[in-house]
Amino acid sequence: MIAFLIRRLLQGALVMLTVAFIAFSMFRFVGDPVTNMLPQDATLEQRTELQERLGLNDPLPLQFGHFVTNAVQGDFGISYRNQRPVSDLIAERLPATMEMVFAAVVLSLVIGIPMGVYTALRRDSWLSHLFQGVSLAGISVPTFVTGILLILVFSVWLNWLPSFGRGDVVEIGGWSTGLLTVSGIKALIMPVITLSLFQITLIMRLVRAEMLEVLKTDYIRFARARGLTNRAVHFGHALRNTLMPVITITGLQIGALIAFAIITETVFQWPGMGLLFMQAVSFVDIPVMSAYLVMVSLIFVVINTIVDMLYFVVDPRLRVDAGKNTTGA
Amino acid sequence: MSTHNNTSPVLDVHDLHIEFDTRYGALKAIDGISLQIAPGEILGVVGESGAGKSLTGTAITGLLESPGRISGGEIHLEGQRIDNLSQDEMRRLRGRRIGAIFQDPLTSLNPLYTVGRQLIETIRTHLPMNRAQARQRAIELLAEVGLPAPETRIDQYPHQFSGGMRQRVVIALALCADPKLVIADEPTTALDVSVQAQIITVLKRLCREQGTAVMLVTHDMGVIAEAADRVAVMYAGRLVEVGPVAEVVKSAKHPYTQGLMNSIPTVLHDVERLEQIEGSMPRLTAIPQGCAFNPRCPHAVSRCRAERPDLMAAGEGAAACWLVEEGATPPPQARATADTLVDHHD
Amino acid sequence: MSTVTQRLNDDWRRFIDSDLFYSFRRSPITIVAFVVVVTLILAAIFAPWIAPHDPFDVSTLSLLNSELPPAWVAGGDPAFLLGTDGQGRDVLSALLYGARISILVGLASVAFAMTLGVCLGLLAAYVGGTVDALIMRIADVMISFPPILVALLINGVARGVLPPEMQHDAVIFVLILAIGLTTWVQYARTVRGSTLVEKNREYVLAARVIGLRSRSIMARHILPNVIGPILVVATVNLAIAILIEAALSFLGVGMPPTEPSLGTLIRIGNEFLFSGVWWVVIFPSAVLVLLVLSVNLLGDWLRDALNPKLR
Repeated sequence: MIAFLIRRLLQGALVMLTVAFIAFSMFRFVGDPVTNMLPQDATLEQRTELQERLGLNDPLPLQFGHFVTNAVQGDFGISYRNQRPVSDLIAERLPATMEMVFAAVVLSLVIGIPMGVYTALRRDSWLSHLFQGVSLAGISVPTFVTGILLILVFSVWLNWLPSFGRGDVVEIGGWSTGLLTVSGIKALIMPVITLSLFQITLIMRLVRAEMLEVLKTDYIRFARARGLTNRAVHFGHALRNTLMPVITITGLQIGALIAFAIITETVFQWPGMGLLFMQAVSFVDIPVMSAYLVMVSLIFVVINTIVDMLYFVVDPRLRVDAGKNTTGA
Repeated sequence: MSTHNNTSPVLDVHDLHIEFDTRYGALKAIDGISLQIAPGEILGVVGESGAGKSLTGTAITGLLESPGRISGGEIHLEGQRIDNLSQDEMRRLRGRRIGAIFQDPLTSLNPLYTVGRQLIETIRTHLPMNRAQARQRAIELLAEVGLPAPETRIDQYPHQFSGGMRQRVVIALALCADPKLVIADEPTTALDVSVQAQIITVLKRLCREQGTAVMLVTHDMGVIAEAADRVAVMYAGRLVEVGPVAEVVKSAKHPYTQGLMNSIPTVLHDVERLEQIEGSMPRLTAIPQGCAFNPRCPHAVSRCRAERPDLMAAGEGAAACWLVEEGATPPPQARATADTLVDHHD
Repeated sequence: MSTVTQRLNDDWRRFIDSDLFYSFRRSPITIVAFVVVVTLILAAIFAPWIAPHDPFDVSTLSLLNSELPPAWVAGGDPAFLLGTDGQGRDVLSALLYGARISILVGLASVAFAMTLGVCLGLLAAYVGGTVDALIMRIADVMISFPPILVALLINGVARGVLPPEMQHDAVIFVLILAIGLTTWVQYARTVRGSTLVEKNREYVLAARVIGLRSRSIMARHILPNVIGPILVVATVNLAIAILIEAALSFLGVGMPPTEPSLGTLIRIGNEFLFSGVWWVVIFPSAVLVLLVLSVNLLGDWLRDALNPKLR
């Protein structure tokens, strides 16, 4: 178990290094940092001075080393567009995105899992067919279309919910949360629904497919043959075995959610990391782009590692047992 | 069918028909099977893959799923008709009055739960016990099936057991509520030969002690000879021969059964070629007219191709063959194998 | 009948009788989806001929016609069936051209991804060893990153690297490249799996021992096993490709307004949302959803029909 943990950490570090390399290459070779960071009328001396300061004349491996050490400390340089430190920008925007993503994950699990179980157990009911139809819509309607439709109905026609911004936020420590104010929650509703629609669909389909597979296994058949109640068979045995892959996939999907957040934040002008990244791409603001890349990769790697460890906790077959005894017949 | 007990049978299957609805119409998978098992008796059901033996067991336990369905006949358990019960009523029967054992012990047990949890859950579903009592009973059951150190092993997971031990756990699970009938579907096929004998012994002992009737489905004649009291031979969804084990093995009446016996290689002397029955079992969509075996039968006459024979009394059992009726069965061949098979029988 | 036509006739007969076509015939939804997709593709191909107006010919545009509602609403004009946008462009015509581009980019990305994926998969399986491990590692990493993110990054980098004059014309290729690079993995895995299975079969060893080229013989065995799954992957990926392109265009880094795809049209229409001019955004959205939905339905049916476990 410890060996496994160490191995995964090393793998994660390797991935991060690769990502850092890509981010660094972007930083160094796309566009000219010096031109972007100085006003137009900068003198030649100012240019060469900045070049020295940024270490652009050092050998490449050294530059990469600097980049990595800086990155580890959270220093990604100055945004071309805002002329502010990138780390500040990201710290400001992170809570908005994380709250939205977290709420979307919770919503998708709370709605998606029961829907999936229902459509697996009651395959021929009309509600099942309805759910499956809705799920098809969920993966066919693009996130931004959902957002636009919601805005059209709830902001333009009904005027119930705000169509942009976070509402009023409360600062707790370094974290600004919109969950403690009414306007904050109202502002959260549509973006979260938009973001989670796809996810709900995915989870529903996944749970359904997994459960159908599990229901065909021998141990379920044997459980039925032993006369266990439907409840015991479906929820005690089948559901438990179904949820394992679901949990891991959900963890991995957090990455996808962060990506879709880019679109959602753009539609709702939600001041999060996604909108920041979008503006960076439009402007070709490389420091922000590379910082975002590194941040998001870090989140992925951490989540992947946690998910892998969860497997250990949940599946007894993976645990190394000291008292294992398989002798005799 | 003659039963050699005076008590009424635990299981009475009468003229069972099972069909599958397919794109091409309804396919008949079981075409009029009748059999009975007395209390404490072990009936072996033997036949090639696809003959319908497992299907019969599935139908009896009420686990037949669409597109399969029972299209005719009746099934009686201890005198009560069970083939027309609701799903819920059937569920109450399962485990409590009918037990089931499947082929692969590895996949029969839920890998995420301890053996104890699965046992206790089953016990408490059928018997009014609290957790502590159920746990005690579970430990006793594990001891009865011959598992060493049951108090420790009860909290272990299935993957921590070897194949033979897992199958013992499966037997314990099937018998924990003292069912009157047990359907054992190829219980030894997935096990090593050395382990097979031990499992058969356990099964036999427990059933004799409790007076449980057993339907032992298998394609292995050796297991039948070891364990069964009577044997029923199936072919293409039909019953072709029934009778006491010694008689069927030593002097089979139906040409198919004779073919089966002859094809078992013997250690007693050298042979040049392995015997086999010409051809193969017909597909469900192409069952021959008359007797299903007639294209492969070395003794077929024109009547065999026209009319389907019913089971007719022959010796202490019965066979579905016109030659039996006319008393003109050809003499059996190569009985040496049969002798070695029957030697170990009680 | 000549032997060729005879053979085609036989193949057609076999297809009609096959389980595949049977399940197709039996599912009305799939038939509808198929019809919709074909109609949309045809409409898109023939857009220049069937569109009532040319939305890009600036000389025909007149601001007098701007923001007209659809023909069935008061104030509408039958000449502009679905209304006009802020510059007098006919929504229906823009739709047809937009669908054309969306489908074009989608198909091109799928073709690119398929070629790339199949080649890499074959390479990995044939050469084996470190090449195989490397390709599979890259595949693993790529598949854990969401396509939108990767596509955005590639897009951003390309725009930073390419000189401004090229940017306008290169946009469509950048899009195809970006989307293709994010979706090749499934093809590679499928082909690699099949190839590895065939490679280890005895007939390959036997052929090599005799000195025959095992490759063409292997191809004959790999191809039929692999076509089905690859088609399923391609259909699903087509829907994904169309969605990614639409997302990128909506975000402003995809197709420009001078050559709009459905995503671009939606972005343009979004700006009119608050003034109550709903038709400029709803109709392109509806067509986009319809297109993706139909492709998904086809993909679902294909996957179920080709899945041996469900038969």
